[in-house]
Amino acid sequence: MTEIVVVSGKGGTGKTSFTACMAALFDNKVVADCDVDAANLNLILNAAVLEEYDFASGHKAAIDKDICTNCGRCRELCRYQAISEDYQVDRFSCEGCGACFFLCPAGAVSFDEALCGHYFVGKTKKQERAVFAELLPGAENSGKLVTAVRKKAQEIAKENGIEFILTDGPPGIGCTVIASLTGASFIVFVTEPTVSGVHDLKRVMELSRHFKLPGGIVINKGDLNPAYSSKIETLSMESGFALLGSIPYEPLVSQAQRQAKTILEYAPDCQASSAIRQIYRKLYKRMETM
Amino acid sequence: MKVAVASGKGGTGKTTVAVNLAWFLADSGRKVQYIDCDVEEPNGHFFISPHLSQKKPACVMLPAIEQLKCTSCGECSQKCQFNAIVRLPGNTLIFPELCHGCGLCLLVCPAQAISEDEREIGVVATGMGWGGIEFAHGVLNVGEPMPNPLIRMVKQQGLRDHIQIIDAPPGTSCPFIETISDADLVILVTEPTPFGLHDLEISVAVAQARGKSVCVVINRENGSFLPLEAFLEERQLKILARLPEDRKVAEVYSDGELMLEALPDYRKYFTAIAAEVFRQSAELGLTSGGALP
Repeated sequence: MTEIVVVSGKGGTGKTSFTACMAALFDNKVVADCDVDAANLNLILNAAVLEEYDFASGHKAAIDKDICTNCGRCRELCRYQAISEDYQVDRFSCEGCGACFFLCPAGAVSFDEALCGHYFVGKTKKQERAVFAELLPGAENSGKLVTAVRKKAQEIAKENGIEFILTDGPPGIGCTVIASLTGASFIVFVTEPTVSGVHDLKRVMELSRHFKLPGGIVINKGDLNPAYSSKIETLSMESGFALLGSIPYEPLVSQAQRQAKTILEYAPDCQASSAIRQIYRKLYKRMETM
Repeated sequence: MKVAVASGKGGTGKTTVAVNLAWFLADSGRKVQYIDCDVEEPNGHFFISPHLSQKKPACVMLPAIEQLKCTSCGECSQKCQFNAIVRLPGNTLIFPELCHGCGLCLLVCPAQAISEDEREIGVVATGMGWGGIEFAHGVLNVGEPMPNPLIRMVKQQGLRDHIQIIDAPPGTSCPFIETISDADLVILVTEPTPFGLHDLEISVAVAQARGKSVCVVINRENGSFLPLEAFLEERQLKILARLPEDRKVAEVYSDGELMLEALPDYRKYFTAIAAEVFRQSAELGLTSGGALP
């Protein structure tokens, strides 16, 4: 089983659009959407939900006003300023550490497990499985939800003897990205030739080094700025993450997105589409050698 | 007045709107501070070009266990909600990256074997940039999973007599919520695609659940996307600007240039955004940055 995770550092470089294209080209795979804060992949895949799971993680404090003696101990202990002067717990600020629960002299604090979201197994048009999630607005523990999504995808792949998992990762370098990369097989960095794209790529590549995984780089909108494109090529050589290819800027992409289609489906003959197919062939070859 | 510029989806143009709004306000003589809370991937400095005169380490509290006093009772590891403490026979271990710095272990240790040290998770830097714009940002150390404490520290650099333009990280979970938590106005930047709309819906729900005043900027518009229009209409969200899809904007951005400097035609869009900032600040009785002396 080979798990390919798509990350970028910077948001909006085209991770999801690229993953959707790879999902159209790869056979024998499970697709997983690990951008659980803003899960968009299924807007293109359109998988019908087969199974739904609750995702509960961590606890949230609540104060019972009838028992509370207004002693102020919890407000003193809470390092997240989550308890107001009238002893209401702000669920957004509550970190779920339990200091108030364990140390309230009156035992007025309850500490229930928090429902943070749901995750789903769906069936795509190609009759393949996709795993995706939905974090409840303002919920925490998104890193653990990523782990739950990946575990489910791995389970399905294992049970059905499926070769590949294609994972759409989140932006940034924080907990959700770390949770997406831990124990994966191959990283695809989707970047763009802009000052921000390159800066953010360097940071996520540095993070990736901790995981000692092989990987490759895709430049999206490659012709936007040749100077930054060549900087990315240099970075590729220095880092050992091979360049998988460069996709030209294509105004049709946003029109395809508006119709919730991949560019491969919307404009199969455009240059961007042929570049994407080339990248797929290179990536597939690379997977065969692994 | 604190104005957070956010989105759910990444790459919709938060930083473009935030830095150019800061420039526009400064250009019209207001006192402006640009605060970059995207500490995982901060990019605002490329556009504001600040001279970072002050840099200080950003630290969180980390427990330290005095093994000689520790009786291996396991109280700390049992109570820790973040699995950051593991009890082994004769040794209790702390995993710094998992620790949320809540201090509970210190309080529950019956042997008083735990104290706290500071641990650096990143850097906060401030300085003066383009056209007198005050600048602050935080840079999270690579490998650190939790940006929130650093986001809090960056926001603490806010100057009361300035209009603060706060650039938020992408997403809709804790870093976004921390960033907008004390904003007076949240401007959500979206793009007219199903992705943009889906993430906008979540961001609006979160921001409104926090009681925030929300306005929208549509970026990269290229013909109208009806589901977005319907959503904005239904929720009665004010649209401050519609920026067209334009390869020139992408090129200017790619080089780290300010759009309003390079493409003066775009200034007209920011008149309306600034007007809304002034209107809301007047309504709330907050500073609109006054005129510079």
